[in-house]
Amino acid sequence: MAEEKIRVIVAKPGLDGHDRGAKVVARALRDAGMEVIYTGLRQTPEMIAEAALQEDAHVVGLSILSGAHMALVPRILELLKANGQENVRVFIGGIVPDEDVPRLKELGVTGVYGPGAPTDQIIRDIRAAVSGKAG
Amino acid sequence: MVDVQAILDGQRLALSRLLSAIENQTPEGQQALADLFPHTGRAHLIGVTGAPGTGKSSLVNQLALHYRKATDPKKVAVVAVDPSSPFTGGAVLGDRIRMTALSGDAGVFIRSMATRGSLGGLGRATAGMVQAFDAAGFEIILIETVGAGQSEVDIARLAHTTLVVEAPGLGDEIQAIKAGILEIADILVVNKSDRPGVESTERALRNMLQLAHPVARVFQHHGEPMAVAAPAQTEETALWIPPIQRTVAADGQGVPELLEHIAAHRAHLEATGELAQRERARLAAELDARLHEALLQRWQTGQQADAYEKTLDQVLARALSPQDAVRQLVNGKKG
Ligand SMILES: Nc1nc2c(ncn2[C@@H]2O[C@H](COP(=O)(O)OP(=O)(O)OP(=O)(O)O)[C@@H](O)[C@H]2O)c(=O)[nH]1
Ligand SMILES: [Mg+2]
Repeated sequence: MAEEKIRVIVAKPGLDGHDRGAKVVARALRDAGMEVIYTGLRQTPEMIAEAALQEDAHVVGLSILSGAHMALVPRILELLKANGQENVRVFIGGIVPDEDVPRLKELGVTGVYGPGAPTDQIIRDIRAAVSGKAG
Repeated sequence: MVDVQAILDGQRLALSRLLSAIENQTPEGQQALADLFPHTGRAHLIGVTGAPGTGKSSLVNQLALHYRKATDPKKVAVVAVDPSSPFTGGAVLGDRIRMTALSGDAGVFIRSMATRGSLGGLGRATAGMVQAFDAAGFEIILIETVGAGQSEVDIARLAHTTLVVEAPGLGDEIQAIKAGILEIADILVVNKSDRPGVESTERALRNMLQLAHPVARVFQHHGEPMAVAAPAQTEETALWIPPIQRTVAADGQGVPELLEHIAAHRAHLEATGELAQRERARLAAELDARLHEALLQRWQTGQQADAYEKTLDQVLARALSPQDAVRQLVNGKKG
């Protein structure tokens, strides 16, 4: 029996700009031995939930710079749940005002990281949240 | 435990979890594949291979879109394989980026997979995952290989129809052809035909094809031209000569024609009996591999734990030949 890899969807919801940060994180997770499914720019919540379903992901990592997190994230969590994937861990990277973080965690988000967050920390947190899997 | 009925009923989460169980080679996954086996053998498996960046994923996206909008829409599954890092075992799987146009369609299921150390352009579990899609009622299964640009015989063995994708301006036409990729092509695609250089890419392919396949030729005979016809072709003996199709995967040009070539190839396989032959060869290979594994396992359980290592030491010391070693190990005695 082969070891189970941590499978992570990295997505960039919303209409804003670039995905440099998302790519840096994607490569760091790969270098940590995870399998990263990179879905690219301008993903709708529906597209992200569908990718998580088809890929049997353990983790969804969202890169959000637009300030639209309070609109996008609850919708994504709702869709994951509707698909029977309430166990999928959601992490957010990007620009999120401190005062929104408690509300997001209450909704079920596992981790929120600012632009300068060390990738080591993200990797450790993902491993802790998805224990029992390799990568 | 895998809920086999849920797979047959088309439940997507159950299917997705089964695909993971197969990929992780769990006993549950293997049992589910065995239970689902009677429901397999109906899908048309289409391999898409070719050098990195030639547009395989974009083309898979277009093929799926066209199968979905046909008058008789087909359910389409995609298995997209990308390489694992040999150093960390991790991977970035990026083929989905080109397939966002397929999202929101319940008749499509896209699954990315990493090679996890397997060579040859597919993962070890690709064939099993394809079987699961087949049992789940997907009629068209598109398999995108890693695209190392080398001879990828694994995909030719697995797929009924193999598309080899080339693109102008990569400067590697000749290299790809040398590597024997033409031998596995049922259909040659010159993608990015909106780019300059498409004629020379197509010409290079056509020249190679003419060397590989017997077609009508004109010889000079005592100074007079003499036509020599291609060997007579009946439906049963007909050779399939791979057609060359230009496409623009960016906007779908040439894709309806590509679908027609795929349908024609399928009809050819059926008319000539080659479909049945291929199926037999493929299942024989699977049976052989499983038999090999089972016999090895049975033999191992009958051995003392260190028998193999001790024998290997003797072989290493040149005290025993590999031939005699196997006799000794299997028969439990010398020579
Ligand atoms: N001009 C042009 N560009 C294309 C065409 N098809 C694909 N591309 C572009 O070529 C690049 C690679 O396309 P992909 O579909 O990712 O190619 P691929 O063969 O799947 O790549 P790998 O999976 O990385 O080997 C992308 O930037 C596409 O937008 C085409 O017909 N014309
Ligand atoms: Mg690709």
